[in-house]
Amino acid sequence: MDTHPTNPLPHYTEYHPRWYRQRVSTYWWLGSWPYVRFILRELSSLAVAFFVALTLAQIYALGQGAQVYAELQEWLRQPVVLALNVVVLLFAVFHTLTWFAAAPKAMAVRMRGKRVPEWAVAAPHYAAWMAASAFVTWFLLRG
Amino acid sequence: MAETITLDVTRYSPEHDHKPVLQLFEVPLRPEWVILDALNYIKDKVDGSLTFRWSCRMGVCGSCGMMVNGEPKLTCATFLHKYEGRAVRVEPLRYFPVVRDLVTEISDFMRKLKRAKPWLIRRTEKPLAEGEYLQTPEQLDTYKQFSMCINCTLCYAACPVYGLDSEFIGPAALALAQRYNLDSRDQGAEERMLTLAHPDGVWGCTFVGECTSVCPKHVDPAGAIQQYKLKAAMHWVKSLLKPGG
Repeated sequence: MDTHPTNPLPHYTEYHPRWYRQRVSTYWWLGSWPYVRFILRELSSLAVAFFVALTLAQIYALGQGAQVYAELQEWLRQPVVLALNVVVLLFAVFHTLTWFAAAPKAMAVRMRGKRVPEWAVAAPHYAAWMAASAFVTWFLLRG
Repeated sequence: MAETITLDVTRYSPEHDHKPVLQLFEVPLRPEWVILDALNYIKDKVDGSLTFRWSCRMGVCGSCGMMVNGEPKLTCATFLHKYEGRAVRVEPLRYFPVVRDLVTEISDFMRKLKRAKPWLIRRTEKPLAEGEYLQTPEQLDTYKQFSMCINCTLCYAACPVYGLDSEFIGPAALALAQRYNLDSRDQGAEERMLTLAHPDGVWGCTFVGECTSVCPKHVDPAGAIQQYKLKAAMHWVKSLLKPGG
């Protein structure tokens, strides 16, 4: 190997290839359903936030008296607001389903040395959801 | 079955190209061929300069991971006939720098893997005379799934968090850390916690879940990460309740 006249060590330039790095596009999630579904799932938390804000607004209006509450109810009856509520409800249901699907993955429950199957971890979540929904339905329709 | 199939292969020469280009190759479509066989056919018969990594050809070494029609795949385990009737686009694994053609630079992954300390840590070793550390089948079962990782980095190519935040430790390294945390012989969970319970560790994960979908060994890194999040959160709550922190 070549050495420099005054330097006994081999003299060479270390080869470092020029790597190509691709910038990640802002729209990386488009074009693949699992990634679109992930973005929709993340966006669905806005739907949950909307229902929380709406419930708080209703409680606040109730505290302000019957007239304020009636005005809010009137506003909620508008077709545009009803349509918005339907869309938000669909997103909230999607949020719930994805949350319940995620729960068994995070909870590795083991019984008698074996991992409890995912459906068995998810089932109580769905049961609690149904029970809460049934109670709310009964409460609203009890006459 | 058609006689040939078109492969659209990424070519990148660091000496000549500013960015990668696609090159078309027509290869025989044989029922027993996987994508890797087609690439080897090109290298042997058409263009010897085509550069790609491979070794075992049987889904064990984890070297031949590439993007096949936009999905991270082990090319030795992906049959060519699955793509019959359309072109097959073969690209280097996403989110890693490209060295040449289909070869990526994975030093970043190797550094992160080391930070996760994927080895048995013992505070005290018992004397040799006392024999080996015994483990029941149930104890083995708690971590076995996570131990199947072959470091193929397909999960990194499927993880947009890793693509957008290069500090994120990533799915395989986190799953392997959890593999040792769950091992009854290991005593290093506290040591690993500094790296794992960190914004660049499990808290960086937004649970896209694609790491688990693309894993050729069914390791479920997404599950390992979510389970660790639960454990780290419980640890934090306990530290608040415990007198003296």
